[in-house]
This record gives sequence, C-alpha cells and structure tokens, in this order.
Amino acid sequence: MHALLTTTKMEARLLTREPLMLFFGIAFPSILLTVLALMPRLSEPDPNLGGVRFIDYFAPSLVVLTLAMIALQGVPNTLAAYRDEGILRRLSVTPASPALILIAQLVVNLAAALVSTALVMVIGRLAFAIPLPRYIVGFTVAFMVGITAMFALGLVIAAVARSARAASGMATVTYLLAIFFGGVMLPRFLLPDAVARIGAYVPPGVQALTDAWIGSAPPQTTHLLIMAGIAAVAAVVAAKLFRWE
Amino acid sequence: MSIIEVTDLVKRYDGRAVVDGVSLSVEEGEIFAILGPNGAGKTTTVEIIEGLRAPDGGTVSVMGLDPQRDRHELRLRLGAQLQSSKLQAKLKVREALELYASFYPSPADPERLLEQLGMAEQRDTAFEKLSGGQQQRLSIALALIGNPRIAVLDELTTGLDPQARRTTWDLIEQVRDSGVTILLVTHFMDEAERLSDRLAIFDGGRVVALDTPSGLVARVMTEQRIRFRPSETLDDRLLTDLPHVTSVARHGGQVVVTGTSDALHEVTSVLARHQIVAHDLRVEQASLDDAFVSLTGRPLDA
Repeated sequence: MHALLTTTKMEARLLTREPLMLFFGIAFPSILLTVLALMPRLSEPDPNLGGVRFIDYFAPSLVVLTLAMIALQGVPNTLAAYRDEGILRRLSVTPASPALILIAQLVVNLAAALVSTALVMVIGRLAFAIPLPRYIVGFTVAFMVGITAMFALGLVIAAVARSARAASGMATVTYLLAIFFGGVMLPRFLLPDAVARIGAYVPPGVQALTDAWIGSAPPQTTHLLIMAGIAAVAAVVAAKLFRWE
Repeated sequence: MSIIEVTDLVKRYDGRAVVDGVSLSVEEGEIFAILGPNGAGKTTTVEIIEGLRAPDGGTVSVMGLDPQRDRHELRLRLGAQLQSSKLQAKLKVREALELYASFYPSPADPERLLEQLGMAEQRDTAFEKLSGGQQQRLSIALALIGNPRIAVLDELTTGLDPQARRTTWDLIEQVRDSGVTILLVTHFMDEAERLSDRLAIFDGGRVVALDTPSGLVARVMTEQRIRFRPSETLDDRLLTDLPHVTSVARHGGQVVVTGTSDALHEVTSVLARHQIVAHDLRVEQASLDDAFVSLTGRPLDA
C-alpha cells in the first residue's frame, strides 16, 4: 500500500513536470470555452439549436475533448514510453509489481480529467452562465461510464502497440475519431444524421452527456449500458494483452 | 549450501538453445563473474536466476528459493541492475530512491546510499540530466536500496569512461565487503579479472570454464607458444609425437608449436637430433585472453 501511495505521488509529481500535458489536458478545454463564449454569436440563443446557445450546446463536447486528450493521448503514450524505456521491466525485478505504475497513472490521469471537467463547468457557470447539468445523477453516471470506457480504450492501445511509436500512431487515430464523433471538430448538428447517431455509441458517449446536461430527458439507458459494455470488453482485452516489456 | 545453485539450466528461443545446460554455484559473500561474448547466454541465465524468465529445463535455487514459485520472497532479498534500463526522464535521483525504498520492508537509508555512491550532490537532479556514469551508479543504488543479500549486476561499466569504470569497481568491492553476494555479468576481461573471486566463462550457452581468475590464467600460463623457421623441411609428426606438445600449426614458412612448459626442451632436443636449426626462435607465454581463445576457439571481442 505504501508502495502504491509513493508510486502515485511520484507519478503525480511527474505529471506536474509536463507543461504540455498540463496545458492541453487541463487548461485548454477551459481556454477554448472562454474563447468561444466571448464571441457574441455563439453566446446568443441559436435558432438552429432550438433556442439554445451554441456554448451551452458545445459544453459536453468540451468534456469529450478533455477525456480524449487525457485518456487517448496521455495514458497510452506515457505507458508505451515507459515500456519501451524498460521502466516497467525494471519494476518487475522489485517486490512491487509494474501494475502499480499502471494504477498510479490511471489515478493521476483520472484526477486530471476531473479537474479539467470541473474547471470547464465552474468557469462556464460563473463567467458565461452555462448551467450545471440538469440531470446530475444521469450526468454523473454517463460521465463515469464514459471515462471508464475512454481509459479502457487507452489501455488497449498501450497494451497492443508494439512500440511507443506505434502507440502514438494508434492513439492519434483513436483520439481524432473520438473528437470527431464527439462533435468537437464540427458541432454535431452539422454532422449528417447517421454520423451523429454513431456518435452516441463512441466513447465517452457525447449523446448521453448532452442529454444529461442540457437535454429534456435523462440519458437513455441503452446508451449507458452499451458504453458500460464497451468499457468492460476493452478492460478485459487490455488486461489479457498487456505486456510489461 | 551455496547461495545460488544452477543445475543443467536450459532456455530455448525459437527452438534454439540460448542456454544449453549451464551449471554453476555461487558462494555467499563472493563476487562471481559471468564472462563471455555477446549472445553467449549470460543475460538470459541471470534473468532466469532473477525470476524474470522461466527456464525450459534444469533447476535454479537462490537462497533456497525457487525464482518462479517464490517470486515475491526472492525480490525482497535480491536486487538487480538490468542492462540499459532507464527511469522516468524527469524523476529526480532522491525521488527514485525514495520510490524504490518504499517497495521494501527495511530499506537502506537513501541519503547514506547516495553518499556512498558519490551522488549526494545529484540528489535533486533529474534522471535525464545525469551523465552515463551517474545513471549507472543510480542503477546500482536502486539494486542495493532494499538491503539485498544478493545483487545481480548486468554490464556494469558499458559505455563508461576509464575513470568512471575504476570508481565503479571500487564501489562494487566495498559492497562485497559489506557482506552482499554479487553476481556480475560482463564482457570485459579486465573487469572480470579485477573484481571476481571466481568466474565462469560462457560461450554458446554453455559454461566453458569455471575457476578463479588466477586459476584460469595458471591453466594457460603453463602453455607456451614456440615459433621458429626451420632450416629444413620438417615432418610435423616429429613434433606432435612429443608428449608435452599439444598442437603444431604452420603460418607460411613459420612453425608454431603449442605445448606445456616442458615442450621447449623437447622441441629443441628433437630439432637438434635431426640437425634442423630453428631460425627466429620466439617463445610466448599465454595470457587470460589466450585462455579464452584456447577454451572457446575465438577471441572474446569477436
């Protein structure tokens, strides 16, 4: 236990020494929110969106951006690099298991994701009157299930990639897909219907997040169950395939 | 009982035996070196002893433990420094030691260890900013932080300048003097000669010789090489028939006779009897490098 706490403490310290990761993972979504919210057209009710403001509509996509950055870039790239450099292998000759580093990475990155999301919500609420999620319980469930699925996917990439380079490539592709379907590149209302509907099932599940945040009904159980299923399958695959060297 | 016992160890990769029936034992408190060229199976053997790899045949017993079954127990008492293994780039020296110390029930004091290793000033230096020699020393420190009974060190001084190598050697001797048994893997002849109490020469996955350094040299010191140019044609059998001659070779016009120390007398006697003059006669004593060549058929650096 002492070993796990120390490892987590060290990984947290190491994260604070990565300015790029901190910026893109934690600060950027809030900065993007601020930039968009300062544009007059985007902070007025939009007829295309049924009277909702664009920044309200886009807030869940910012959550997707946060999660994608951290779970689909930070986690796989870090773990694959650790493996390539022999850091995981070095640990397997100690009484501590290399799994400790894995857990520490997940804990630290989960914390980063929570901070980033909280930042978006708080700044949104205080500076731009973006309401907090309407269905708090639904949002929490959708968020937890979504984040689990994202991290599980990140672990699959880290498990399957043969090298840090390969991991980087796979991670980038997955990241781009996630933010595309998550309505970050183009707002979802601009995407063709079919594409937008697929987006409901792509981790972290932007539809469920949107429903819970600004929707008129809580997130659909089907969406949540499917996301949970994806999370479970990805977790099992990652566990089976993960190599320490 | 020896602290490490390896019997008929076998490990295969892709059907090829990388470790092919290795047997050796290490006594508590000694420095035991495993010397051999790259690809001889040295690292694979120690990785099996450390429990990183599972053997395909044979038995290994370390402090009475089975490296595969008693993995956790073993790791509490055995520290290993792996070949070319890095740490997180931005991790500081002190932090790395604290981290590893947290894995053990009664670790050494990180500060004292840093001082012993001459790294006290690098306490807050990030791993990526350390020199090669400092990274190696930190690696050794991490192998020792758990107060192990055995330390396994793989390629300790590769890539270090001569000064750093000597400093590291001094350190290893200090560690042995404090009671830690050291298993050393190296492809440097001078390192093995300087540090080891006993050494095993590996080649092609097998132990080719096992002795103290001076014992191995003594085996070969009794060998001589006699070179000369005979004034007349000479039947090799005149020489190979001699009891103390082990081999005869020809290089152009030169005859090279290899044998034990009494060979010289026999060779000169037989040449005199046949009235053959030995021109440009030279006698060479063999060295540890020659011991290696004579045992394995090729130089260590090949």
